Amino acid sequence: MELRVRALETVLAQKGYIDPPALDVLIDTYQTKIGPRNGARVVARAWVDPAFREWLLRDATAAIASLGYTGRQGEHIVAVANSPQQHHMVVCTLCSCYPWPVLGLPPTWYKSAPYRSRAVKDPRGVLAEFGVTLPDSTPIRVWDSTAEVRYLVIPERPAGTEGLDEAALAELVTRDSMIGTGLARSPQARS
Amino acid sequence: MSYLSHADLGGKPCSDAIVPEPEGELFHAGWEPRALALTLAMGATGAWNIDMSRSARETLPDYAERSYYAIWLAALENMLLERGLVRPDELEAGRALHPSAPVARVLRAADVPTVLAAGSPTERATGTPPRFATGDRVRTRAARVDHHTRLPAYAQDKLGTVERVLGVHVFADSHAQGRGADPRWLYTVVFDARELWGDAAHAGSAVSIDAWEPYLEPAA
Repeated sequence: MELRVRALETVLAQKGYIDPPALDVLIDTYQTKIGPRNGARVVARAWVDPAFREWLLRDATAAIASLGYTGRQGEHIVAVANSPQQHHMVVCTLCSCYPWPVLGLPPTWYKSAPYRSRAVKDPRGVLAEFGVTLPDSTPIRVWDSTAEVRYLVIPERPAGTEGLDEAALAELVTRDSMIGTGLARSPQARS
Repeated sequence: MSYLSHADLGGKPCSDAIVPEPEGELFHAGWEPRALALTLAMGATGAWNIDMSRSARETLPDYAERSYYAIWLAALENMLLERGLVRPDELEAGRALHPSAPVARVLRAADVPTVLAAGSPTERATGTPPRFATGDRVRTRAARVDHHTRLPAYAQDKLGTVERVLGVHVFADSHAQGRGADPRWLYTVVFDARELWGDAAHAGSAVSIDAWEPYLEPAA
């Protein structure tokens, strides 16, 4: 595969279709600039600022853009909030649609058959595989990203975090908690 | 029917475990980030659109056996070959052997941040009023179609409720077939889990899809 990709890159560059330095910038962007820490900052802001939370739930694209996160694979974002009364989780059964500006590139499992096939049919079983057990009374809503709207889950704010500032709160927000396959970490579990 | 997607996996039997992955573990081989970047850079030339890319990926006969970046790479090669942008002997030789075909744009390094930050919004101005409103009961299309579509098989011919009207968006089915943007109203439609999976499904749980208006009919 290494040789095949290198050969393709050489051909495309020689033909003038691509600018090789642009490839390095693209890779660096998703390795160092656009990833789940962006989403964690959005969630932490929603936890501390009720007006921002309300804006996020009403018009996530604009609220998220106000923190500087916009663009490719996040042109239209809807945010949904987890609570004891409702758990949300996100999937793309047809491919790998994922909110890149806030979560970066999707993890391999998100793009793979086991998650894509089971998330819609057996979300409780899937959550158990991630070590998450919800009360039987908590309904689960699975959002299948079948068009160009991307979904961001706002996890519940963990108990015992009243004294933490926004930056410390953001550290509790995991990638999986923003897909809905995990919960935010409790402050005791930080390491 | 000749169009066959191998990517419509929702509800299909699959007993393999979900393999967790730590945050920040983005690639598993040196070629994967290059395949990603080549795909994004070629997408930026305008030689095809994202729905054509999805169609090229989901119709790969060995879709299920390939890793995700291997799917992307094979689809990229196929799209380049189909459009005559590259010829097979060039892929074989690893160098250009024939004149280039014109492309609309070439993504330059300096423009990457701006291009990524702009994205490609799919919402379009509204012309006709929406056929459905929040709370309407709808039935999804029963018939299979012979082209790329974004109505998953598990949600065909099912009774659901319009939950949100999302505006008018580029219609993936038309866009993938080279028939232009053909913008249509888009709705979030929610289904009770028991409507999709039968009475054994957990009561109170639900699944939603985003469905363009042509996928929907008023519930009888």
